[in-house]
Amino acid sequence: MSIEKVWVYAESEGDKPATSTLELLTKAREIATTVECVYVGDNADALAGALGEYGASKVHAVSPGDALPGVIGAAALVELVAAESPDLILFAQTYDARDAVARLSVRLDRTVLTNGGELRLDGDRVIVGTAIFGGNTIVDTAFTGEKPYLAMIRPKSFAAESASGSAAPVATVATPDAGRAGEAKVLERHVEEREGPKLEEAAIVVSGGRGIGSAEAYGPLVDELAKLLQGASGASRAIVDAGWVPYSKQVGQTGKTVKPKLYIALGISGATQHLVGMKGSDVILAINKDGEAPIFSVADLGIVGDVHKVVPKLIEAIQAHG
Amino acid sequence: MNIAVCVKQIPDPAVPGELNPETSALKREGKLILDDSDSYGVEMALQLVTAAGGGEVTLVSMAPNNETSGLRTALAMGAAKAVLVSDDTLAGSDALSTAKILAKSVERVGDIDLVLTATESTDGYTGTIPAQIAEALGWPSLTFAKSVAIADGKVKIQRQTEAGFDDVEAPLPAVVSVTAGVVEPRYPSFKGIMEAKKKPVDEVTAGDLGFNPDQVGWAGSHQEIVEVRAAPAREAGEKIEDDGESHARIVTFLEGLKII
Repeated sequence: MSIEKVWVYAESEGDKPATSTLELLTKAREIATTVECVYVGDNADALAGALGEYGASKVHAVSPGDALPGVIGAAALVELVAAESPDLILFAQTYDARDAVARLSVRLDRTVLTNGGELRLDGDRVIVGTAIFGGNTIVDTAFTGEKPYLAMIRPKSFAAESASGSAAPVATVATPDAGRAGEAKVLERHVEEREGPKLEEAAIVVSGGRGIGSAEAYGPLVDELAKLLQGASGASRAIVDAGWVPYSKQVGQTGKTVKPKLYIALGISGATQHLVGMKGSDVILAINKDGEAPIFSVADLGIVGDVHKVVPKLIEAIQAHG
Repeated sequence: MNIAVCVKQIPDPAVPGELNPETSALKREGKLILDDSDSYGVEMALQLVTAAGGGEVTLVSMAPNNETSGLRTALAMGAAKAVLVSDDTLAGSDALSTAKILAKSVERVGDIDLVLTATESTDGYTGTIPAQIAEALGWPSLTFAKSVAIADGKVKIQRQTEAGFDDVEAPLPAVVSVTAGVVEPRYPSFKGIMEAKKKPVDEVTAGDLGFNPDQVGWAGSHQEIVEVRAAPAREAGEKIEDDGESHARIVTFLEGLKII
């Protein structure tokens, strides 16, 4: 069972494709005869090797100039779709791809199925599975209506596997006129120094919730333990909403999905909003004062206790462990 | 400075959700509340209007059963008025139809310089509506704002990125989505709550905005729910009370995983 042509909206981290792009390529080549990428950026040549290796047979590349990349991506896709008629376009649920798929959906008048965790064919139907209610339930939704179908998939939904393909040829597309939308300009980019791995790619994630008590406790409890274990630090929605840590740290339904080898939840009660973003972790350790907290229903080891008492002793013990 | 804020009225997220067995859509029949995610946009709008020295904040919302309880919360915070789109043909609308409806509602208000939204709703969380509204209006959009400033007819934000943040700007009118936690939403005062009861809510139907029934709701959404199934369950493991020595148990646990 396959469909003809699937495109992946590619994104990069420096001069490499984003992991989420490689995940989408791996899935795309499982279901499609032809897999191609559309990429907004000035370094497509640097990515072409890896994109080809993971299954892309062509990279349509467009330069954004100083405009917001998603806006240019949508405008370029309108023209490319008219010329080449893809059946399905896959986007990762990221900041820039969300801008692109949202604008494209209006221009093409197509629905977008978002937050996909699964993607499969059933005959000639394309079906996207989305986790709801804290990941307890999966809703399968099929596209109806005209192609191309537009689907946005949460990063970490599929494993990225090389197809040992050769470098994909790059076809440069002229930067389209995006009209008033194109008046949104990027003035300056700020790269925040990060110690340790990225949140979505870390083998160990330590997250803090309301139970840590204050913004000031996040550093010595959450960051410190994460650093010690060479992991990344995350957060529940409650403390992002409270302004203790930025949105980029949020794990959960309206944040990031993580699937580390070990997830440590500190002072997190485990609302469904949070569970959907982390219950795919291999092993879960939770420390929380409330023994009835739902986080314990998914934890492999649960400690009913005060994070302010347990965590400092734990940090000391790990340091002493050497 | 006139600002429209898109707000969603949702079932209380603390109460477990349920699907309608016939349509597999989320049940939204009961009392609805203001989505917490939207309180940041409302607060930001109130602050920007104050900083501009004039203008007003108008709420734009789509909800079943002419529900206004969530709108009243935002009106009590200080918004001047609201447009509420409500009719039975809208049930089952996808994000695209919803964005088209909200964009038409913004046009109905008229003379709007800036539209503010959350990054995504708590219940539907597609995260596409802010840029869809902008595209439907033909306006620029600045998404995922960590801070918002307006000067010389332009809006400038710090935009969250994977690597850090970007300074991004666009001329007004524009759409901006704000991330949670960037401002501290005020609590409505008693006076605000009393005044909110009298503030105007313009209740309209999809037809009033120029939509046919086949363009919205289930008919206009071009998707079909084919199955609702249980996900593989995760079992609870060992649970112990901290007796002052539980860190030792964790150390053994981490050793077992070969992490230390």
